[in-house]
Amino acid sequence: MNRSSDDTWLYTISSKRKLIDFNFRELWRYRDLLFLFVKRDVVTVYKQTILGPLWYLIQPLFTALTFTLIFNKVANIETGTVPPFLFNLAGISVWNYFKNCLQATSDTFRSNAGIFSKVYFPRLISPLSVVISNLIKFGIQLLIFIGFYVYYYTQGAAVSLNSTLVFFPVLIILMGLLGLGLGMVISSMVTKYRDLKYLLNFGVQLLMYTSAVMYPLALMREKLPRFAWLVEYNPMAYVIEAARYMLLSTGTLSVNGIVYTAIVTMSILFIGLVVFNKTEKSFIDTV
Amino acid sequence: MGVILKAEHISKQYRLGVIGTGSLKDDLTRWWYRIQGKEDPFLKVGAVNDRSTQADSDYVWALQDISFEVQQGEVLGIIGKNGAGKSTLLKILSRVTAPTTGSIKTKGRIASLLEVGTGFHPELTGRENIYLNGVILGMTKAEIAGKEAEIIDFSGCARYIDTPVKRYSSGMRVRLAFAVAAFLEPDILVIDEVLAVGDAEFQKKAIGKMQDISKGEGRTVLFVSHNMAAVKSLCTRAMVLVNGHIAFEGSTDAAVSLYLKGGAEIFNNKTFGADYDQDIFTLQSICAKNKVKSANEPIVEDAEIELLTDILIKTEETERYHITYHLVNELGVPMFSFSNTDVSLRTGRNLLSCYFPNGFLQSGQYFLSLYIVEDRHHAIFIEKDIYSFVVVDAPRRLGVYMGREPGYIKPQFTWENRE
Repeated sequence: MNRSSDDTWLYTISSKRKLIDFNFRELWRYRDLLFLFVKRDVVTVYKQTILGPLWYLIQPLFTALTFTLIFNKVANIETGTVPPFLFNLAGISVWNYFKNCLQATSDTFRSNAGIFSKVYFPRLISPLSVVISNLIKFGIQLLIFIGFYVYYYTQGAAVSLNSTLVFFPVLIILMGLLGLGLGMVISSMVTKYRDLKYLLNFGVQLLMYTSAVMYPLALMREKLPRFAWLVEYNPMAYVIEAARYMLLSTGTLSVNGIVYTAIVTMSILFIGLVVFNKTEKSFIDTV
Repeated sequence: MGVILKAEHISKQYRLGVIGTGSLKDDLTRWWYRIQGKEDPFLKVGAVNDRSTQADSDYVWALQDISFEVQQGEVLGIIGKNGAGKSTLLKILSRVTAPTTGSIKTKGRIASLLEVGTGFHPELTGRENIYLNGVILGMTKAEIAGKEAEIIDFSGCARYIDTPVKRYSSGMRVRLAFAVAAFLEPDILVIDEVLAVGDAEFQKKAIGKMQDISKGEGRTVLFVSHNMAAVKSLCTRAMVLVNGHIAFEGSTDAAVSLYLKGGAEIFNNKTFGADYDQDIFTLQSICAKNKVKSANEPIVEDAEIELLTDILIKTEETERYHITYHLVNELGVPMFSFSNTDVSLRTGRNLLSCYFPNGFLQSGQYFLSLYIVEDRHHAIFIEKDIYSFVVVDAPRRLGVYMGREPGYIKPQFTWENRE
């Protein structure tokens, strides 16, 4: 320790911080915390429930079933040669991942206020752990999808995988990052203005209807061309459409759409990181 | 040795009242000033942090212009009344919240224990929580794995270690949590009142461990507590916060006595003016101090205390007059009275000394009422609470009880074993 030189300080705590100040080295130092948070979230959710992790499956299955009955049997939405149930299950599983990431991330500061007010660690660990633990949940849901896929395939339904499936992980990561970025923006604002929390629950529901979850994108363009822009500007619509194309070979894979989604995602993620970074310093005074 | 942590002009402003509708307006004003490149207009306002008075501003300074340095290996005590800004300072030090202005520079990694058991999850087992809590506090999994057996042993919860923590009693939870914290190895440890938990046996263990950390392992510790005995035993230096300012920084003894006096200067000698110039006597001064120390040092409980009365007697009939004191504790309860029965007064100046034996008075504030008694039955002069003094805790041997013993006096009786 050299007493005279002032440049040997390890770090400085002050109110001033650069606009972009991501300490990846520190994040890496806390990787064990990320891992344990993920483990905690996955392990503890359904403790002391009878069905346990089966709850991960029940929810999408029943939603897909309901959608199939309402939108396909009653409202007669055409899903081409693909069985409507499989069509819906794919859309819902993918959408749920985004929705869970967004909702849990946007609640970061409020739900972790107890820990955040007592101890320091890179706050980014919390939303990251949410995105990763939801990814595991999504993986389990994907397994049930594969189960039904195989069932329908053996029944002779016209479903087929295609080579673009190798890009499926990229698609999922893109979606997770979009949920993370958007969630971080909202989480930072929600610490001060609670109204946003109510707006979010309602907004997510509306967003689902414009994300081509229970209908093909082409159908929207055909039936409601005046409002198709609502869906076409929604980055999630391209993700879901692309996911269905990869898994079921139905609909279209719009490269432009995916590029657009990627640009939007990166922009939102960047804004999210900046805002989150700014909020984490002193949110505890306002939460 | 060298400076390991340096705080420079730390201030923290809080907004009073409900944060809601008004804040958007202020936020927009703030933002408007900032894009114009002006200073934040709200930094100029704000009252001093005094809990008891009604504020006329919407903003308050919880801390104002705090600067201090901490040397490597030092144990710095931070004391102050509720609301003096101790917790705010600790929050800033532990990076839970940022200061409004000023900065803290550090050469070591800071771990804070503002609470034990942060992040404990009730559904996880004791063992899983050791890992979770440890990692939250900044350890790595590998470090915890290396100390797991010691932690479990220290907690005394070995039997329940694979049971979910929600089945634990609150005491067991605290033990487990403290055990994890005790094995933290940061360069600088920040501790807030964690000793206030657990039973006597565990307190002993906890303080002993703290001692090991600070003395044995040479770690730098910042310690906030209301337990003056613990502060005096552990800390090498102390700082008194009053209304968000540093009122005193220096020796632990002086800081504790200042704190107990409620912020006034330590000045045990009290001189009296013209009002005390009576027909029969003139009271000049009263002073309580440790026999071996000066009047400007704090009075410690474990040394003989001398009460000096400087009085002029103007009459020749000195035999008729006696001085009687009543000693009253801080609750206003009279404890005993004492009088100069053995030593008689003389005409002219008298400098009377009265000695309280070593350890007779426990720590606390005491008040004296003075009676000048004529012919042993009626008082010609009475003044209640004419003088007050503060006795502070002595440092105790580590591992012994740190709380306050019952009562106000601590006489040392003669014991013998007749067997």
